[in-house]
Amino acid sequence: MPQSITLKVNGKSKTISADPNEPLLYVLRNDFDLKGAKYGCGLQQCGACMVLADSKAEPTCLRPCVSFENMEITTLEGLQQNGKLHAVQQAFIDVQAAQCGYCVNGMIISAVALLENTPNPSDQEIRTALNPVICRCGTHSRFIQAVKLASETSNA
Amino acid sequence: MEDMQSLNSSRRSFLKTTGHLLVGFNLLPLTFCQTKGAPNEILPYEGVPFRPITDSKLIDSWIKLDAEGYLTVLSGKQELGQGIKTALIQIAAEELDIHPDRCHIINSDTGQTANEGFTAGSNSVEGSGSSIRQAAAEARQYLLKLAGQKWNVSPSSLQVENGNIKSPSGEEISYWKLLEGKFIEKKITGEVSPKNPKDYKYVGQPLKRDDIRKMVNGESYFVHDLQMPGMLHARVLHPPSYLSQLQSVDLTEVESMPGVLKVIRNGSFLAVVATREYQAIKAWEKLKSLADWETVPIEILPGQLLASLKSTSGKPEEVEVSPGIADTISNASINHQAEYFRPYHMHASMGPSCALAIWEEEKLTVWTATQGVYPLRSTLSDLFAIDEDKIRCIGVPGSGCYGHNGADDVSGEAALIAKEIPGKHVRLQWMREDEHKWEPYGTAMAFQLSAGIDSKGKLLAWDSILWSDSHSTRPNGRAASFISARKLDPPFEFRKGGFSAGSYRNGIPEYSLQAKQLHLYTFDGPLRTSSLRGLGAYANTFAMESFLDELIHKSGNDPIDFRIKNLEDPRAKAVLEELAEKTNWKSKSKGANTGLGVAYARYKNSTSYFAVLAEVEIDKENKDYKLKKLTGVIDSGLTINPDGLKNQTEGGMIQSASWTMMEEVNYDKNGITGTDWASYPIMRMMDVPELEVHIINRPETKPMGAGEAAMGPVAAAIANAVFDATGSRIRNLPIKPEKIDWEKV
Repeated sequence: MPQSITLKVNGKSKTISADPNEPLLYVLRNDFDLKGAKYGCGLQQCGACMVLADSKAEPTCLRPCVSFENMEITTLEGLQQNGKLHAVQQAFIDVQAAQCGYCVNGMIISAVALLENTPNPSDQEIRTALNPVICRCGTHSRFIQAVKLASETSNA
Repeated sequence: MEDMQSLNSSRRSFLKTTGHLLVGFNLLPLTFCQTKGAPNEILPYEGVPFRPITDSKLIDSWIKLDAEGYLTVLSGKQELGQGIKTALIQIAAEELDIHPDRCHIINSDTGQTANEGFTAGSNSVEGSGSSIRQAAAEARQYLLKLAGQKWNVSPSSLQVENGNIKSPSGEEISYWKLLEGKFIEKKITGEVSPKNPKDYKYVGQPLKRDDIRKMVNGESYFVHDLQMPGMLHARVLHPPSYLSQLQSVDLTEVESMPGVLKVIRNGSFLAVVATREYQAIKAWEKLKSLADWETVPIEILPGQLLASLKSTSGKPEEVEVSPGIADTISNASINHQAEYFRPYHMHASMGPSCALAIWEEEKLTVWTATQGVYPLRSTLSDLFAIDEDKIRCIGVPGSGCYGHNGADDVSGEAALIAKEIPGKHVRLQWMREDEHKWEPYGTAMAFQLSAGIDSKGKLLAWDSILWSDSHSTRPNGRAASFISARKLDPPFEFRKGGFSAGSYRNGIPEYSLQAKQLHLYTFDGPLRTSSLRGLGAYANTFAMESFLDELIHKSGNDPIDFRIKNLEDPRAKAVLEELAEKTNWKSKSKGANTGLGVAYARYKNSTSYFAVLAEVEIDKENKDYKLKKLTGVIDSGLTINPDGLKNQTEGGMIQSASWTMMEEVNYDKNGITGTDWASYPIMRMMDVPELEVHIINRPETKPMGAGEAAMGPVAAAIANAVFDATGSRIRNLPIKPEKIDWEKV
């Protein structure tokens, strides 16, 4: 049965009525009109649906929306601050790190979570952090470059 | 001024209510778009009013100057993640001298862009690009003529700076002011010469893709992201296997589920429509548990596939014949014969296919990520037995497709479902297993190659026999190309087309030879197949360049020297020479646990040249190997956007490495067993090699498609590197570590 669920997304709280078991992904896309997180597999295998939940990169395609209550959820749309893109977003543009772009949400969210705790990641740490996200276009080497660039610019 | 603002804001909201899609009429004359107080200020771009395409021979069908201060380019080619939007903008911006920041593009919409068939075969820059270049060049000449008449000076004395025409005496007028809201409805004559590449300002620059900025911001961009008022959500329950027939299903339980508006059954086609997306998914799951299918087992199983396809009966297609070639080969001082195999490969798009459809007053509109809006439209016309002019297909980018994936099927299905709820936008997205199980794969292929070389290391003769299923079952005006049309009652009967050139693409060596021969057997395999990036070129080149490596090894030659010696085209030699230089080939020392592999091909034997070096490292103890690095050199003629070309080439290299090292479609008698990323793994971040791509730019030659050039050579280079490191020649893809004879290492 639907129930009232209050979620704090990108700094704003909103109450919606939904089946509490409904995965967060569909709530974000359809109730919050935030299309950054994408459906890729519904199996937590591909990372297309990542968001930051209390600063941790979390897939949203399976986990019930109700379990995200009382968490700070940040989506791709919420990364920019005062009209300025997050360093990782800017680096993705600078490096032109995308082809079709379907995986970009998962890559950026994972990179932001990584840099939060590891401001100067090694190649291996970047690869490990981004490994849960699938990219079929083969843009991987640019993602590594972009995360490195973001780490340099945010530490500058 | 106040009036202006209110008009502008109403225009803005009018355009906005139609979503991304600028549907409407030119209600407001162009002059209303100008600001009065600040002549140099340009209002934000809000699109151009919708005007149906009437004739692709008109300048106006490719180039529109309707929006004050902006150029709108129209192309029948779809953005597939290859960056075509930006490349085409660069071409138009160049000819018209308008800064690319002030250029926008509308891609593939049967309502307003020309019919350019499919976005495939790396043809967009060559095809659409040359039409746009010509239209833009002629538009410029027309505008200069108008200005010349206005000022009574010769058009050739005029200069253009960012859309402003300037006369020698200092007069100045913009294109838009000059046109006064009129369209350039002139025919393209083909008689105007485009700019000399020496004068290029924008073409050849690594212009950034504006769509990447949108993706990175999380702006709605994909067909998956479209949101329409009152939009409903649908899912299709596909059968468990190709030949399954629905026996029975109790729909009442599903119909009573929360939010479910409609459950559709037509023959073996089953679908649900619900208010919320998750409700549609729950209903789909329930339907899946209730449906009772009779499944006809798949007869030819993976273990029997090679033998089965090689037993194809009938006469082969004689693609090229050379009488006496067998004797030439057997009399050669060194000869060799070997067989190769490539399994079925998936496109495996990251986002399962998605489409939106609405039926209004017997007219159908579909928002689709198809590679061909016009072929899709004609196929929908067959499906519903209505005239094409009652259907509009609007192209919206999807997840990367790399060929014919589920994008067309899902468009047909969305239209079938929407027909049951007229007046409502229906959004259908496939589940992961739908894409993995139902997309048409790149076909399995087999090769039997024999060749001979003389004692001086010169190739003499090359004989190929190949076996392949179809590389093209795209929508072609017959509804049965949609997978679900075959499941309706009555079903549409599917017949494969006769396009076999995809099978032998790159099948005939480009090397200089006295004798070349190719025979093709087309088989009807157990799995659904169609176009996958490169078609037959991927596997033909894998086989050919691996086999060449065998000959090179047998004759004790150097892989780069040997290729250069046996090629005539100086551009072919040049990519290999550049590869040798960039990788320090002559002095490159090989570690005990490493292997080096070289390969080369000119895609389609007629477009981009690509040479590559693969470096692998083996781990004998753990019986494993790793691809460490790929270095590629590409010549695509005139480079439109060097960074875009690099990005495409890098992507092709990694995707090919993934196919080559890891991928094959697994199935059993009950259907496809590779249904997700665990059962059909692809290369991930931890396994991708280091990449290096070098471009040979040739501004004096025409630009050539590049998106598929890397696929085949990379496959062979990896096989050759594995051989170099281990002594095992792996002729059956994928090159999995367990196929290596580790005792031999």
